[in-house]
Amino acid sequence: MTTTTLLSAAVYFALGCVVLGMVLCALRLAVGPTAQDRVLALDTLWMCTMLLALLLGIAHGSLVYFEAALLIALLGFVSTIALAKFLMRGEVIE
Amino acid sequence: MSVATLPWWAAVPVAVLLVIGGLITLVGTLGLLRLKTFYQRIHGPAIAISLGAGCILVASMVYFTAAQSRLVVHELLIGAFLLMTAPVVAMLLMRAALYRDLRARRAAGLDDNGGDCGERESTPGLSDEGIPLGQPAAGQLHAEADEQRADAAGGGGR
Repeated sequence: MTTTTLLSAAVYFALGCVVLGMVLCALRLAVGPTAQDRVLALDTLWMCTMLLALLLGIAHGSLVYFEAALLIALLGFVSTIALAKFLMRGEVIE
Repeated sequence: MSVATLPWWAAVPVAVLLVIGGLITLVGTLGLLRLKTFYQRIHGPAIAISLGAGCILVASMVYFTAAQSRLVVHELLIGAFLLMTAPVVAMLLMRAALYRDLRARRAAGLDDNGGDCGERESTPGLSDEGIPLGQPAAGQLHAEADEQRADAAGGGGR
C-alpha cells in the first residue's frame, strides 16, 4: 500500500514537472524572437508530449500509451526536420 | 489513476527515476526559456531533455517489468530512436540558425564588426548552394583578405 502511494506521488510529481515544462515551451513558442527559436520550442514541445504519454501509461498501468509515444516521437522528428529544412532553404520539397 | 502495487525494490527505483526525470525535463525547458541567445538555448532541449527522457524511459521499463512479471523492454525502441535523432535535430537546427544569421548580417552589411564566427570558411559553401552573395559583402571579404595578407607579410618581414 505504501509503495502504491509512493509511486502515485512520484508519477504525479513527474506529470506536474512535464506539464510545467510544456507551459515554458509554449511561452518560448509565443515569445521567441526568431523563427529558429520557435522551431526549437516546437521540437521540445513534441518531446515533452512524448514524455507525457509515457507518464500517463505508467499512471494508468497500460501499455497502449507506448505506441502513442512512439508515434509522437516519429512525427516530431519528421516535422522538426521539415521545419529546419524550410528555415534553411525556404522550401521543403525541391 | 490506478498505479499497480509493486514490491519495494521496484517501486523505489521507479519513483526515484521518475522524480529525477521530471526535474531534469523541467530544468531543460527552463533553460529554453531563460537563456539569452539561440545558440545557448539549443543546449537545454538537446542535452537535458534527452537525459530526462532516458530516466523516464528506464522508469517505465522497470515499472512494467515488475508489474507484469515479464521482461518489458520495448521502451528501448524509443530510447534508441531519441539517441539517433536528437543530435541530428540539434545539428540541423543549429546549421539553419547559423545560415540565417550569416545571411541576415550579410544583408545588413555588418560583416566587419569583429564577430568572426567562421564566415570565411563557410563562404564557399554558401555560394555553392546557389544563394547569390551580395557584392558589397564580397568586396568586404576581399578587403579583409587583403588586410590579412598585408599583416602576414608584415609579420614575416619582422
